[in-house]
This record gives sequence, C-alpha cells and structure tokens, in this order.
Amino acid sequence: MTHTITLTVNGQKYTRTVEARMLLSDFIRHELGLTGTHVGCEHGVCGACTILFDGESARSCLTFAVQADGHEITTVEGLAKDKDNLHPLQQSFWEAHGLQCGYCTPGILMSMIPFLKQNPNPTEDEIRHALSGNLCRCTGYQHIVDAVKLASEKMR
Amino acid sequence: MKPASFDYHAPNTIEEVLDLKHQYGDDAKFLAGGQSLVPAMNFRIVQPSILIDLNRVNELSYIREDKNVIRIGAMARERHLEFDSSIKKHTPLLHEAVPFIAHPQIRNRGTIGGSVVNADPAAELPVLMLALNARLKAKNKSGERWMDAKDFFAGMFTTSLTPDEVLVEVELPFSEKNTGWSFMEVAPRSGDYAMMGVATLVTLDKNKKCKSAKLVYLNAGDGPVEAFEAEKLLEGAVLDDKLIESAASHASEKEINPFGNIHASIDFQRHLANLLTKKTLKQALQRAVKEN
Repeated sequence: MTHTITLTVNGQKYTRTVEARMLLSDFIRHELGLTGTHVGCEHGVCGACTILFDGESARSCLTFAVQADGHEITTVEGLAKDKDNLHPLQQSFWEAHGLQCGYCTPGILMSMIPFLKQNPNPTEDEIRHALSGNLCRCTGYQHIVDAVKLASEKMR
Repeated sequence: MKPASFDYHAPNTIEEVLDLKHQYGDDAKFLAGGQSLVPAMNFRIVQPSILIDLNRVNELSYIREDKNVIRIGAMARERHLEFDSSIKKHTPLLHEAVPFIAHPQIRNRGTIGGSVVNADPAAELPVLMLALNARLKAKNKSGERWMDAKDFFAGMFTTSLTPDEVLVEVELPFSEKNTGWSFMEVAPRSGDYAMMGVATLVTLDKNKKCKSAKLVYLNAGDGPVEAFEAEKLLEGAVLDDKLIESAASHASEKEINPFGNIHASIDFQRHLANLLTKKTLKQALQRAVKEN
C-alpha cells in the first residue's frame, strides 16, 4: 500500500509517493537526495539522523515518512545559505575543530540548534548534557563542546 | 534494519480509531510517539500487519487542570509534560522525573500514553503512574472504563487493555498537602536506560510523623515495583536515619526482584536501590518539612 505525501523540507515543498514503511531518514536521503542526514544505528541511539520536525529535534530513523505529510522538516542542508556563508553554529565547528570524521556532525548540529535557541548562554555541563543524545565514535567530544560554546557566543 | 511492510491508517478522530481497532483487534498496533515501537520494527522484533497512527488525533493531546486533578491526553508529548506549569505545581514528582526520560530528541516525539501502554519495566512513566496513584481511561466502541495504575500494569510489557481498547487519558490527583517528593536513577550515561531508579513520596501529619510513603522502583522486576512493606515500616513513625536505613534495606533486599543485565549485576542493582532509597527518602522528607 503506497501513500502520496506532501511536505516541506528546508522551505521547499515536495510531493512523493511512498510505502508506509519507508523511514523518514531514508526518504530524505534516497527520495530527496539530501545525504547530509546520516544514518548510524537506525534504532534511535546514535543521533546521526537528527532533523527538525516542525522546529523540534527528532530522530528521522524513528519516524515514517508518511507521518511527515503536511509537516515541516529541516535538515543540515537548511542551515547555510551557501558554502561561503555557513550558519554561525557550522562556522564555530569549523573554527574550533569540532569534528574529526564528521559522520555525527549533522545530527549534532540539528540537536544544538533548538538547544541554543532555548538556552542561549549554556554552561559546559549543560552543553555536555545536551550532547548526550549524539554519539561521536571518534570520541572528539572536547572540541565539540568548545565549538558549541563558541557558537553560543557568536549567536547571542 | 528496515521494518517489514504494513498497512497504515492515520485517523483524525477517536471514533475512527475505535472503529479501526474494533475491526482489526490484535492485528493492529497503535503508533504513538514511536520511540520504542519503531526501533523494534526496524529490528523486525515486531512486525504488525496494520499500524494505526494516533498522531493526527488532536483531541488526544492536552494537559489541563480539572478541580483537584490533572488530565493528560494519551498523546501529550513527554516534552510538554516537562515544561507544563500545572504539572510542576501539582505533581512535582512528575516534573522532576520527566527529564530523566531518554533525550530531548526522544521526548519531543515520545508520549505519555505510548510509554505507559508499552509497560517497559525500565521506563520512568509506568513507575510514576503507580507512585502518583494515576487513573487511566480506556475506550472501545461500546464505552469507556477507568483503571487504577496498580490494576493497569499486568507484567513485562503487558497491560490490562483488551484488543479493542485504546488508552485515551491519564488522570493524576494533585499532590497531597505536606508531601515531599524525590526521583533519582543511576544510568551508565545520561539518557541511557537506568540500572536502577526510584520514585519516592513522603506525606507528613501535623506531628511531623510520616502519614504515608510511596517507594516505586524501575528495572526492579517485571513491571513498576512498589515496596509496600517498606512503606508500612515508615508509616506512623518519625523518619530518622535508622528507620530510613531499615526501610531501604528491606525494600532493596526483600521486595524488589531485579534481573541483572550487562551493565549491572543483581547485587549491584540491589546496592543501588538501597542507596537511592535512602537518598530519595531524605530529600523527600526535607521537602515535606519545607512544605509544612
């Protein structure tokens, strides 16, 4: 059984026909070709597939694409205007060396956007707590924490 | 890591939900927040042939005060419980415990009804339902019924809902006067499943004696586990360190039944239960005195 859905991704409307079992993460990557959203564990633990669902961070691997019908999704591609104009959060990750292999980075960025909006001046403890839903297997957490701190200063 | 195929229904009203569930019974599973169901489907541990998505049933999503209770629709998100001012004021135990549920990314989707119906012994919300004397309302095509939390949970991942019923509302009585609360758990990392946790309430009488106490544990048996005997030890007495010590020993040695897992042996879980019982009782007592 297939379903025709219309949703907004990074401000652009898309209509596609999908099977009910298609995960939102696969929809974003395979149907829309937006491969910035990464797929790590596919059971909600690693956080690599984190996107914004109506402005709130969520695991795209734990949502079916059909559930996003009529909703608004933001992926990491929606952050920067172009490659010369990075979002201040991205710029901070660049400047503070907040990534090694980069696999976890899109998920971390999409978790930190609502976090910094809600808490514009976080302590290091609060940043670490907010990062706990995203795993970095390079284990470069110190620089990620530095990057988020830097971003909070830039975005204030 | 892809779910098996299924037929998908996304009704807009409770009436449509009940019709579908009446028609399909056990073949159909409800999709609430999906934060436990979808991982299980991705692993193909669960392969429902029909999913009834409750996310478009707006009438199931509310939190409101009604005389001396709080009414919470089954599809209220955990993130909404976390920031709700009525919950903070009238059921401070719930307010304190919700941030322990996984991560914000999960709480943004996860719902109170989904977690309660999933009845995972390691989850926070079933424990809180028991500790807070919640009542749960279920509906089917022929009517509705209320259940006390203690009758609702029926074992590991099992509730007393029948195949044609849907949970629609959770009712929480306001916290009694002179009541202190405390929720604590120990997890390997923030947001992970806890190795042990306890929800504790202490209500004092005029003479500062314990009028009633609640001790409910997670990951301590095949559902939320209440330590009735330890509660009885505390009731009617002045809560000094010695009594708190013996209640903690009794609950952790005699009343809980943890299974142990890769992160914690049974002995370690009992040890944690002992420590957490003492710590939460002391904090709850302190808060009850302050409320007095």
